[in-house]
Amino acid sequence: MSAISKVLADEEKPQQMPTRGAFYFYPRFLWKSLGVATDGSWLFYGWMTLLTGIALVGANAWAVQVRDGMILTNMSDHVSWGLYIANFTFCVGLAAGGVMMVIPAYLYDDEEMHHLVIIGEAVAVAAILMSTLSVVVDLGRPDRFWHLIPIIGKFNWPMSMLTWDIIVLNGYLLINLHIVGYLLYMQYLGRRPDPVWYVPFVFLSILWAFSIHTVTAFLYCGLGGRPFWNTALLAPRFLASAFVSGPAFILIVMRVIRLTSDWQWSPRPARTLIQIIRIAMVINLLMLVSELFTLFYTGSGHAASARYLFFGSHGGAGLVVWIWSAILMNIAGTVLFFTPAALQRGNIRMLACLLCIAGIWIEKGMGLVIPGFIPSTLHEVVEYAPSLTEWKITAGIWAFGILVLTILIRLIEAVHMKRLANPVDHHMN
Amino acid sequence: MGLAAWATALQPLTEWAGDLSVDEFLQKHYRELKPEEKQAIFRRLEAECREAHGVNVKISDPQPNEGVQFAYALNLSICIGCRKCAEACTIENNHDRKTNNSYIRVFEMEMGGIDFEKGDATYEHPVPQPGKFYMPVQCQQCENAPCVTACPIQATWQEKDGIVVVDYNWCIGCRYCEAACPYHARRFNWEKPTIPAEVINPDQGYLSNRIRPQGVMEKCTFCLHRTREGRMPACLEACPTGARVFGNMLDPQSEIRWVIENKRTFVLKEELNTKPRFYYFFDE
Repeated sequence: MSAISKVLADEEKPQQMPTRGAFYFYPRFLWKSLGVATDGSWLFYGWMTLLTGIALVGANAWAVQVRDGMILTNMSDHVSWGLYIANFTFCVGLAAGGVMMVIPAYLYDDEEMHHLVIIGEAVAVAAILMSTLSVVVDLGRPDRFWHLIPIIGKFNWPMSMLTWDIIVLNGYLLINLHIVGYLLYMQYLGRRPDPVWYVPFVFLSILWAFSIHTVTAFLYCGLGGRPFWNTALLAPRFLASAFVSGPAFILIVMRVIRLTSDWQWSPRPARTLIQIIRIAMVINLLMLVSELFTLFYTGSGHAASARYLFFGSHGGAGLVVWIWSAILMNIAGTVLFFTPAALQRGNIRMLACLLCIAGIWIEKGMGLVIPGFIPSTLHEVVEYAPSLTEWKITAGIWAFGILVLTILIRLIEAVHMKRLANPVDHHMN
Repeated sequence: MGLAAWATALQPLTEWAGDLSVDEFLQKHYRELKPEEKQAIFRRLEAECREAHGVNVKISDPQPNEGVQFAYALNLSICIGCRKCAEACTIENNHDRKTNNSYIRVFEMEMGGIDFEKGDATYEHPVPQPGKFYMPVQCQQCENAPCVTACPIQATWQEKDGIVVVDYNWCIGCRYCEAACPYHARRFNWEKPTIPAEVINPDQGYLSNRIRPQGVMEKCTFCLHRTREGRMPACLEACPTGARVFGNMLDPQSEIRWVIENKRTFVLKEELNTKPRFYYFFDE
């Protein structure tokens, strides 16, 4: 929790608040935020304890993995990336998807969305933290992390796509932290945010959101030796699926907020998101079909991974169940999103969200990262299924991300409901 | 209480960090080291090896020779698939003996085409089998190496004589190079290599066959600790049929030059434009 406050503090320091007494108000804001973040009902305590417990299990599994080596994962020289990088890819999409609230709010001036857009930004912050952690746990030598820091280390920029990804992901994190931090602090002070301090960043964040998932796709599709990834459709597919999983995740978060607090709003913002999901999901499925047609109809060697993924080959069929369940979930979710019930506040909508999130998580992970390695570049079929260590660490990362998100959302909600406000500054407006 | 829980969960990290020295943590990239810094590092690594295995090793650092561009060629007509090359690689390069790792994988291929999809690298029967030919694959030392481009921290690069090397003390183990390599030439140290003291090869190169740390990448270096000093790679010396040809392709008198000029050679996955320095050919 103190980490969050610290991050907010780091964000605001260079801002040079145009008020007298910012040095007085700001620490008070942080102190009160800490109070809000750590105070709540028994349900809240139970939830936070559960998340902390899972995060601890993950942290311990990671520490053991660092000590004993990545032999504790089920990765091999044939399948050299696994669950961690799969989850990384999905989380980047989740972060990029948050932009689908920003666009209606700022490009189409949707007034109500304006009030809720901060939720999407909070999701983006948590998702970026999760994707960064997913990469860190995938490193064989996390102690040499400093080699990745530009100038101090030896950054292979602009050649290596991974360096681009590091830049865009960290940039996106900073932009979103700034926007969230600034808007919250201004609301806390009871002042109208000065557009100069956040609108340019909002527009930057729109471009940046596209860049994070595009560059992440370039990580894969830039590799000529992996025909399954080496397709120009990869980045557009990543974006389309992100614009489903992101809004779907936000819809769930919005539901939780409405159920657990007094913060209410009209059904309109959610409907806007559902319209976006409908279009994005159809485009996503269309591109998937186009990809599969090219692979299977041509029937060339390029289809080897797709054959293994969808039907199994050379006696291996480890991913067949995964991909078909993903396809079924994606189709079922899409159909549900198109029913009128999805526009109502109800369980159908939540089910549709969950189906699409799970479907895309598999499609982007087990269905995309793993088959890139099977068969290997020399056509050997070595299968992969995550080990217990990998599941524990991944669960820990999710628990940590949701923990951060819970705290952010509580702060946002408290500020919005004026439970967290600066009593001195209130009448200044 | 919260802090105590985190400390306990992360306890294994302190056990691991016990093996790391501050010098190693702060060590600069190989190409930024001054000669005296290099010497200090080599002596430190030798001492660490003495401590860990009780073996006196010599870590050298032979530099690329002027006017040398190494190339390798392999005669597929006479390779019998005995895997002596792969075994010699394991011994020479101080590979992990739990897995008997090797930089060379030998594929048993079906006559009538060069189709890896019909190949098998896990055969366990007498060789050569009728209707089959054998295709050893190792690092192709590409002139246009995708692994070098991929590496985010320049931990792997191409030397002047064409050999692609890894600084094992700089690599962070992200394995992007392993994903980028079209030839399955790279290996990762999934755990600390196990190697009995009596089989350790004491003649070690800093950029080649020294015992690798846990969590970093490694690859074939054309045995640079041998070849830069005028010897042949271990895999070539071990080959009982003389299928392997190695040398400086800039030397007009060399056998490798003769093969490249006179045989109908081919390289693997030419369409990827990686420009391998590893040529395959058949006798007429």
